[in-house]
Amino acid sequence: MQCVLKWLKRQINTWLLLELVRGLALTGKYLFKPKITIEYPEERTPLSPRFRGLHALRRYDDGEERCIACKLCEVVCPALAIQIDSEEREDGSRRTTRYDIDTTLCIFCGFCEEACPVDAIVETQIFEYATENRQDLYYTKDRLLATGDKYAKQISANLADKSQYN
Amino acid sequence: MAEIKNYTLNFGPQHPSAHGVLRLVLELDGETVIRADPHIGLLHRGTEKLFEYKSYLQNLPYFDRFDYVSMMCNEHAYVLALEKMLDVEVPERAQYIRVMYAELTRLLNHLLWIGAQALDIGAMTVFLYAFREREDIFDYYEAVSGARMHAAYFRPGGVSLDLPDGLLERIEAFTQRFPGYVDEYETLLTENRIWKQRTVDIGVVTAQEAKAWGFTGPMLRGSGVEWDLRKKQPYDVYDQLDFDVPITDGGDTYDRYLVRVEEMRQSNRIIAQCVAWLQKNDGPVNLDDHKLARPKRAKLQDDMESLIHHFKFFAEGFHVPAGEVYQAVEHPKGEFGVYIVSDGSNKPYRMKIRAPGFAHLQGLDFMCRGHLIADVVAVLGTQDIVFGEVDR
Repeated sequence: MQCVLKWLKRQINTWLLLELVRGLALTGKYLFKPKITIEYPEERTPLSPRFRGLHALRRYDDGEERCIACKLCEVVCPALAIQIDSEEREDGSRRTTRYDIDTTLCIFCGFCEEACPVDAIVETQIFEYATENRQDLYYTKDRLLATGDKYAKQISANLADKSQYN
Repeated sequence: MAEIKNYTLNFGPQHPSAHGVLRLVLELDGETVIRADPHIGLLHRGTEKLFEYKSYLQNLPYFDRFDYVSMMCNEHAYVLALEKMLDVEVPERAQYIRVMYAELTRLLNHLLWIGAQALDIGAMTVFLYAFREREDIFDYYEAVSGARMHAAYFRPGGVSLDLPDGLLERIEAFTQRFPGYVDEYETLLTENRIWKQRTVDIGVVTAQEAKAWGFTGPMLRGSGVEWDLRKKQPYDVYDQLDFDVPITDGGDTYDRYLVRVEEMRQSNRIIAQCVAWLQKNDGPVNLDDHKLARPKRAKLQDDMESLIHHFKFFAEGFHVPAGEVYQAVEHPKGEFGVYIVSDGSNKPYRMKIRAPGFAHLQGLDFMCRGHLIADVVAVLGTQDIVFGEVDR
């Protein structure tokens, strides 16, 4: 009897394509559910405050640049993507004359931000920095400072959030 | 007319089912595979040599790039090896965080595997569903580390930052809905006749063969050998967690599918237990010894000692006692091991990575022999090959 039932069940499964119907029912169900995808350039997903995107150099509130050319980021960078030259300024303080980041080398590990003792170099939430030519991927001091100025508010809000755990 | 018997075919490196950059030279008799000869090295980046020129901390981000679908598990092996050499006790909260993320990583890996294997065999939908869950896990990655894939989150002695507020609740909600998702994948695949026709009795590996070829992970457990480093050589807090190690006897592609699906459910159980523990217990997430871990950022502004430690830590790194160590973890793909030889300096003298995929790829020839050319794709999928770790 058991044997016959099993055989019968198998026949029903085979001829009625039950497992295929079940699979189709599942995919059919999703046809009527709200979609989880978003339309990217118009809609965006929220980013974490810790997001590691394009680099920026920050300034103090009075407009003085933060970087003191300690070169710790240059030393810690695993990909050797940062190059810094420095000299003494007229007022006696030490500042960079050159701060280059080669984003074609950068692996976005975030160590430069972690190592910086004065919160000067940060990684922002910008991830759309694709360019049409290679030169634009070499970020000089001016461009890094410009990014930092443009997104100053967002960057300091994210840093404040991060500092709770740091 | 002369009869042409054997035919040699290049499968890859640009074949969409070749899982990256595998070049497979297939010797065919009609459609039957007589010999499969994998040619590797197209993704070789010389990482092992690179390690010898970088400090221990600088080497860490490169571990994400070995097996780039299970990033934190690679880091886990590395930090455990370093901790063994330095002989330090990691704070318990850090251990729980690491185990939780290692298991989330296992889900990441198995979700990509189930999607890719089904897609290779011809089922499109599972891929889309699996990526929906992967997206959630990437969000948890991003929340702690700031990167969606190459996290660089684990550190020797703990993790880099504590979990942000509200993250544990999100992960808890995920663990509650995840078993339902696994049920969906199973509805689509487990009983499906096409899936069974393509996987049952394909790429059969006996227990003896699996051991002889150095297979580990699901490749070994699918052949009925109970071997899981999380149970056999527990690291971090795995010995305090409750989970089962699934095994099946058949040793074919279908059995390995069953093992991996059950592993997803077990990983989910582990994550739920870690979340429960982490919600109840607070504490440090890294060492207090500032020779090995950076001091708190807030202290840099007014504590000279901390500033000196900060500069020493990032500029020079830490020195590891001379000696050698091998540490393996149960990576989603098998046994991922790191072997470090130190000469007492701040850089490794030699570092060797034991990649599970490399051993599995050696077995491709005997697993494919006698099968049809379409089954090569199924066997490649079941081995879960990722070239970042095979070529290194």
